[in-house]
Amino acid sequence: MSPRTGYLVRMGLACAAALVWLAPYAWMVTTSFKPLAEVLEHPAALVPKSPTAAAYREVFSALPVGHYMLVTLVMAVSIALLQIALALPAGYALAKLHFAGRRLAFGLVLACLLVPAQVTFVPVFLLFAKVGLVNTMPALVLPFAVSALGTFMVRQALMSVPDEIIEAARLDGASEAIIIYRILGPVLAPTLVSLFLVSFVFHYNDYFWPLVMTTNDDVRTLPLGVALLREQGTGMRWHIVMAGNVILSLPVMLLFAAAQRHLVRGVGGRA
Amino acid sequence: MRPRTPSSPWIMLGPSLALLFVFVVLPVGLAVYESFFQWDLLTDPIYVQTDNYRALAERRELLHIVWRTLSFSVMVVAGAMSLGLGLAMLLNRRGRLFAFARAAIFSAYVVSWVAVALLFMWLLDADHGVFAAMLKVLHLPRFGFFADPNTALATLAGVTVWKIAGYAMVVFLAGLQSVPPSLLEAAALDGAGRFSQFRFVIWPLLRPTASFVATTSLVISFQTFDVVRIMTQGGPANATSLFVYAIYEQVFLDLSVGKASAITVVFFVVLVAVTSLQLRFWSARARSERRT
Repeated sequence: MSPRTGYLVRMGLACAAALVWLAPYAWMVTTSFKPLAEVLEHPAALVPKSPTAAAYREVFSALPVGHYMLVTLVMAVSIALLQIALALPAGYALAKLHFAGRRLAFGLVLACLLVPAQVTFVPVFLLFAKVGLVNTMPALVLPFAVSALGTFMVRQALMSVPDEIIEAARLDGASEAIIIYRILGPVLAPTLVSLFLVSFVFHYNDYFWPLVMTTNDDVRTLPLGVALLREQGTGMRWHIVMAGNVILSLPVMLLFAAAQRHLVRGVGGRA
Repeated sequence: MRPRTPSSPWIMLGPSLALLFVFVVLPVGLAVYESFFQWDLLTDPIYVQTDNYRALAERRELLHIVWRTLSFSVMVVAGAMSLGLGLAMLLNRRGRLFAFARAAIFSAYVVSWVAVALLFMWLLDADHGVFAAMLKVLHLPRFGFFADPNTALATLAGVTVWKIAGYAMVVFLAGLQSVPPSLLEAAALDGAGRFSQFRFVIWPLLRPTASFVATTSLVISFQTFDVVRIMTQGGPANATSLFVYAIYEQVFLDLSVGKASAITVVFFVVLVAVTSLQLRFWSARARSERRT
């Protein structure tokens, strides 16, 4: 095989691979603009014959989309910001300060990495039920306010920051809070941006925790709402479910388009 | 000006450690404690010693859940790793087309599980789905992915692989950066073909990356819940009731906190055991590789 044919084969395979991941999205979007008759007769047709936004109107009348979206955004942004605000001082203490018990504290953070929310949700739900916090924003946010992974990432990033920066700031009379947030924060910006984005996307999408911590509409999130469309018996009216899917996916897709590099780096990869 | 003495590190660590204690350490302890009680959330808990575990063992319920979750994990880990590695090797090239393909594949990892689950539920729907329409055009018989207990679990694994293969791919792409091109050129000059280059140069250098991908995809597969809850609700005939769904079912559908806690404890033990076994396997392989 000549190098030229080899390259063409590789390009062909790359197109085929992209298609396997893009075709489902294409069907999702196109179906959301079809009337029911077309959904049933030509489910695979990629262009709707008589495009309509009726499915979207159905979604907006069936669900308080704006309310769900607001709850979801407030929850995801709060979690991501809290994780950064708490990971910075904790990571700083673990990376740069010498004190008795540091290894123990670091060991505890590492051990917590091993425990997923799926292990803790039953006891945490019962704890929240006892203090009347089920169906409230704190029940959605507080359990994730500290990220063991985030603390670990900040600590690792700080290990490669020279001590001289900190000592110089101390000599200038900067308090520890100023050193942590005003001096080291900007130095760690790339790490913190990745941390924020990965955490935001994860919690925006999260279905499991809001599902077990909410029983009514007060603080129900958008993924729950969209899943509810199906449960409420849309039956064969898949265009409505697909419209919900598009509304749910659009914000993260836009974020992905804008910040792909940071997101990929955040999960330890390279685009 | 005199440098100030740093304030206590425990003030900086305090909030983090306190929250980790309340939401991670304490709940693990509580799960163990509650697994010795029978409790329906309405009346008072009753201490029943190890009855919950015994009940789960006797009806082989637990064995089935463990087995089901392990088979699901094997499918997901094997699928995500081979596909992720293959795609990384294929798309590790400069150029717009390759960058676009990489972005398209990774995007599935960013989209919510709910959207992916609902999307594939429709695509694979036996009567109204896109796949069904294609079968009809080809005059092939109707096929129900979720009707047969054997295909249902494999279908969920397939959807999970579709969702996370892009993640495995970008991590392998990062790993491929550690392969110096000069080494591949030297191997090619020595007459090594594509396969030998991969086997003797690329793969040994990728081993740490592979171990990382194996561990993370194993953990993801063990935590699987969304696709089960949305696509199959554990059916047909419990064939897709994986660990987390089984726990959820016990608490929220059967109101049986004690049994749910017992399954949680076993889940945690199996998760830690499988993860450490896997890490040991990879480091042992790395050692034997170095010897040869």
